Amino acid sequence: MKDTKIMLGNEAIARGAYEAGVKVSAAYPGTPSTEVSENIAKYDEIYAEWSPNEKVAMEVAIGASCAGVRAMAAMKHVGLNVAADPLYTCSYSGVNGGLVVVVADDPGIYSSQNEQDTRMVARAAMVPVIEPSDSEEARVFMKLAFEYSEKYDTPVILRTTTRLSHSQGVVTLEDRVCPVDKVYEHNFQKNVMMPGNAKLRHRFVEKRLRQMAEDACEMPLNTVSYDDTSIGIITSGIPYQYVKEALPNASVLKLGLVNPLPKKLIEEFASKVEKLYIVEELEPVIEEQIKSWGINAIGKEIFTVQGEYSANMLREAVLGEKTLLSTSFDVPARPPILCPGCPHRSVYSVLKKLKIHAAGDIGCYTLGAVAPLNVVETNVCMGASISTLHGMEMAKGPGYVRDWVAAIGDSTFLHTGVNSLMNMVYNKATGTVIILDNSTTGMTGHQEHAATGKTLKGETTYMIDIYSLCKSIGVEHVYEIDAFEIDELEKVIKRECAREAVSVIITKSPCALLKTFVPKGKCYAIPENCKKCGVCLVPGCPAITKNDDGTVIIDETMCNGCGLCMKRCKFDAIGFTPRAADE
Amino acid sequence: METKNIMIVGVGGQGTLLTSRVLGSITTKAGYDVKLSEVHGMAQRGGSVVTFVRYGDKVNEPIVEEGQADVLIAFEKLEAMRYAHFLKEDGVIIVNDYEIAPMTVVTGNAEYPENIIETLKQKHKVVSINAMEEAKKLGNTKCFNVIILGVAAKSMDFTEQQWLDVIAETVPPKTVELNQKAFAIGFEG
Repeated sequence: MKDTKIMLGNEAIARGAYEAGVKVSAAYPGTPSTEVSENIAKYDEIYAEWSPNEKVAMEVAIGASCAGVRAMAAMKHVGLNVAADPLYTCSYSGVNGGLVVVVADDPGIYSSQNEQDTRMVARAAMVPVIEPSDSEEARVFMKLAFEYSEKYDTPVILRTTTRLSHSQGVVTLEDRVCPVDKVYEHNFQKNVMMPGNAKLRHRFVEKRLRQMAEDACEMPLNTVSYDDTSIGIITSGIPYQYVKEALPNASVLKLGLVNPLPKKLIEEFASKVEKLYIVEELEPVIEEQIKSWGINAIGKEIFTVQGEYSANMLREAVLGEKTLLSTSFDVPARPPILCPGCPHRSVYSVLKKLKIHAAGDIGCYTLGAVAPLNVVETNVCMGASISTLHGMEMAKGPGYVRDWVAAIGDSTFLHTGVNSLMNMVYNKATGTVIILDNSTTGMTGHQEHAATGKTLKGETTYMIDIYSLCKSIGVEHVYEIDAFEIDELEKVIKRECAREAVSVIITKSPCALLKTFVPKGKCYAIPENCKKCGVCLVPGCPAITKNDDGTVIIDETMCNGCGLCMKRCKFDAIGFTPRAADE
Repeated sequence: METKNIMIVGVGGQGTLLTSRVLGSITTKAGYDVKLSEVHGMAQRGGSVVTFVRYGDKVNEPIVEEGQADVLIAFEKLEAMRYAHFLKEDGVIIVNDYEIAPMTVVTGNAEYPENIIETLKQKHKVVSINAMEEAKKLGNTKCFNVIILGVAAKSMDFTEQQWLDVIAETVPPKTVELNQKAFAIGFEG
């Protein structure tokens, strides 16, 4: 019997890459894709890195493929936008060693800024897309993705979604194959994309997709099962599981290759079923193509383009069966919040006091936009805080940004924020940038980056100094300060916002969820001193709540001892118990 | 065997992922087909989190839908209330008698419901435990979730030894003894 193991979808993707003989993997963390790389890093046979952003990761993978080994990059859907430039052109130049790009979409927007569909990008870039529907398929399809990449001379996207990436299922383990490294060959026409060559390669790309679409009718990735032919379903990925659950007797064409589509296979299937449904989450990518061939099908007329699907949803939409549900209780919402002891809360509490607005960025600190802090006013994409602040200043003049800052994390600053800061210096801006340096990539689950001194593999490496980096690109006024020194921080923020020159304030304090973080102690309330003013509650720490009599109570199991509430209290109504040496 | 549906709900940071890992491991070892679905990323930061566990002969979808859960394990009582309608008619709620106020309550925009456990009992079979108090007696509040798992385990089909073995393999080596004790408090209590 073969070994089996229960694995997260992302872990199974990593396993598939390992078994396929991958030698190089590059990525930038992004929910729901992060665990692909964290698991790949566990295999000694694979070189794996965190790159500063997805474009760099993609180019590293392209270089490795060009040199002749199997290589991959992994990212979330919006990361593919950052990597779109190399992807589109690599589609033309093709591969030497197999090249697979793992892209994780987020239907339902669990941890993203939009709900875009990677299949649309892939169609535009003329890149094939393979889509598994559970952990075991993720492993198997990953291996097939490398085979097809080499066979058709193309990068291949393996598309996953949050539900697949973060679901665990039983996986069979197989041995790693060790493909012989290919020889690098000088090939001007294939590897140098300039107009004359690109014109020729564009023809190749069109031909490649046509050929693949024809071959796809025979590929094991696409499977047909005929049962009750009154209902026929064309589906792929996680929605396949909902189809199996809700419509166990329906005939199903399950697509593993979702771009290009196997036209003949689909036409044949459509001709054998009475009523044809297309079940795909997000955009009608499969549906629109099928309908353009003159085939009658039902899709987004009855299925939503938003969020995740479910078996109950399909039962209702296809069979008209309304599931009898007991009514839910009406309970207060519990949106995500900054953790107890989070240094971002401290910085934002000062901004709130000074009535300063923040152009925001992507990370935990986006949560500064919600109550009770309400400091962050904009949020677009990685690195955008600094450039949007700059745009505001150029629109309305330097006076307009005197009560604004850009707020960006350390990892996000190195991702693309640094480009925007160069732009501020170059184009004579006067705004203030706060780099919230918590020594990690927090939101995605604590990954290393170029300024932490550790690689993805856990090796010690050069630690880029953000202070020196800012100085070297020409920011004269750069200040480092402890995120919890709120009096000093207030002074510096006031001074720098008033200054008519670019300033960078680096607020430093480690994320309270880091494994290496040790709380200095715990805070406790002293009710007899409490004047019930509520100043300690303003920053919105979840560990401190109001009693019925207006005094406060601190949950000792939640408190991380940052002391922010104590520093804000004017009446000595909050005490501090230092951590015992033997704890 | 008909597929068994379990949900673990709580507040991000309470350790729902560890609990689901133990469940995944014990069901896989018993030879069942298993699917678990978790929440990572932003929602983990103090938000409402839910993990689905399904096991049986053949499991298709990885999520548990409304009206389908056999067991609802709630690490916080407001979260038990939020997901109670996912239970089957004869499903059981294992609830930690512990309150964490959501920010909507802290800021005064909503009220934390009173008498949650009594309200739940009017509609469902409910087992409640103050796991935080029990964990304090063990000297480490972090293991409260394993105590609750111990209570929930009584509604599942595995022996105490099977659970203890899986816990030993899943938790950090230094905490095995503590977690096994915590489990026993829930299971034997």
